[in-house]
Amino acid sequence: MRQTFLRRLYFVAIALFLAAPLIVVAGVSVNEKQDLAFPPKGFSLAWYAQIFADPEWRKALIASLSLAVTAAALAVAIALPLAWFLWRRIAPWANVFQILGLAPFILPPVITALGMLTFWATTGFYGQPWTAVISHAIFFVTLPLVTLSLGFASIDRSLVEAAATMGADDRTVLKTVVLPLIRPYLVSGYAFAFVLSLNEYIVAYMTIGFTLETLPIKIFNALRYGYTPTMASVSVFFVAVAALVFGLIAKFGDIRRLLGAMSSET
Amino acid sequence: MKREAPKSLADYSPLFFPGLMLIVFFVIPFSTMIAVSFFQRDPSGFYTPDFVFTNYARFLSLFFAKVLGFSLMLAVMVAICCVVIAFPFTFLLTRRPRKVQTVWLVCLLSVLSLSEVIIGFAWSTLFSRTAGITNLFVAIGLMKEPVALLPSFWAVLTGMVYQALPYTILVLYPALVRLDPTLLEAARTLGASPVRAFMNVVVPALRNTIVATLIMVFVFALGSYLLPQILGRPSHWTLSVLITDQAIYQSNMPFAAAMAVFLVLMSLALVGLTLLVGRRENAL
Repeated sequence: MRQTFLRRLYFVAIALFLAAPLIVVAGVSVNEKQDLAFPPKGFSLAWYAQIFADPEWRKALIASLSLAVTAAALAVAIALPLAWFLWRRIAPWANVFQILGLAPFILPPVITALGMLTFWATTGFYGQPWTAVISHAIFFVTLPLVTLSLGFASIDRSLVEAAATMGADDRTVLKTVVLPLIRPYLVSGYAFAFVLSLNEYIVAYMTIGFTLETLPIKIFNALRYGYTPTMASVSVFFVAVAALVFGLIAKFGDIRRLLGAMSSET
Repeated sequence: MKREAPKSLADYSPLFFPGLMLIVFFVIPFSTMIAVSFFQRDPSGFYTPDFVFTNYARFLSLFFAKVLGFSLMLAVMVAICCVVIAFPFTFLLTRRPRKVQTVWLVCLLSVLSLSEVIIGFAWSTLFSRTAGITNLFVAIGLMKEPVALLPSFWAVLTGMVYQALPYTILVLYPALVRLDPTLLEAARTLGASPVRAFMNVVVPALRNTIVATLIMVFVFALGSYLLPQILGRPSHWTLSVLITDQAIYQSNMPFAAAMAVFLVLMSLALVGLTLLVGRRENAL
């Protein structure tokens, strides 16, 4: 009894620690006037409408969404053939590319950001919106690469062999057997890259920070010149998007497996 | 279809696009950065090509030593706090029903994916005078009047622990979820209390995982670049902040690049150490 109680207490403490700043931000975001007050004075959802109504915030929202949608797609396009090749072929030296794909994510982000900055500055494309798409795709290629590698590892090779015995060539096997089996991993890889790209600050800032504002850049710039409640409502919006995406992955896939639990049985 | 070695050039074709992208947009930028770290600063533009060590020589200043020392100290503290809080929690979490685990994992991922900007903003609100936690303390009679808790070192530390805690839990999760439950059962059958069984069986069995996680979180914390700016004073700036500052605001790209190269080497050495520790664990 006492142990159950202590465990509950521990879990509640961690949950409170994780939720506290978000609760305060959610509270601040519904203030009626432009104060930074908690508990909120009055109630208004006007600051949520601001995200879409105010042209500056809307522009940042559109910039962020288009960046995340395209960068995540490019990341998957890089990761899919690579993961497939590594699964299909025995070529030890090709693991170099896997390490290259994992490196940007493991190193401190400021390094990738600075590498991109020097590269785009040297090639003369500094500030072009598409440079951020490529930079983010490389920065986040790790996520689809990891989920897809897990996906390929989970395929029962006898299924593929059966298809090949029946006369299917590589392309047919890929289209009719392999792709349907790894689709959940493909989707979650895309979703991870999408959410993280949406939230990413430093790489976006160092590549397009002076020409285009994404939402995180916009929040940070606004933060330096004082407080507007729209920052709070945008933050809540971001938390909601992340929770929604990961909730959907959990509902339609096996999030425990994706995060390293061996099988879905344990 | 068995795994086989590629025979013809066509068999390599899936590698073309990913290989090209990774080489052009990761290897080349990375090499450019290393090259720039040896260049001369050009106050009017970005830099002029050269081969000098002056950027690295600046590491020998007291200012740099202070920033480096502070960054390392902060990252060590964050790593220790996170592992101490996260390890027992993750262990207990893996013993919960699947549904409970899934809900927690979704919440943890949501917090982990949050932008540093948002985490910084949220904690600066929570620590502020007008909307902060001290108002709660005043309401329950612990304090006389609300105060601002930032900028301060403790605010930076709290923010960074908040940022790294979900990461720590997710790094520990695979090792703990695969831990053989019979180990603990045996200890319990032999009469050990749950706490004792945890301390004397689980912790030693996962000693290497704990060390590897400490290093991973340490590297993760080294990368924090906004929280020290939002929650701390300039004296709380870390190496990552300094790199950003030099590259963007002082437009001294060569010096920023030199510091970045230094940070890479340090991180790589530590990641290498993690792999070594992990290999020993597998060999056991």
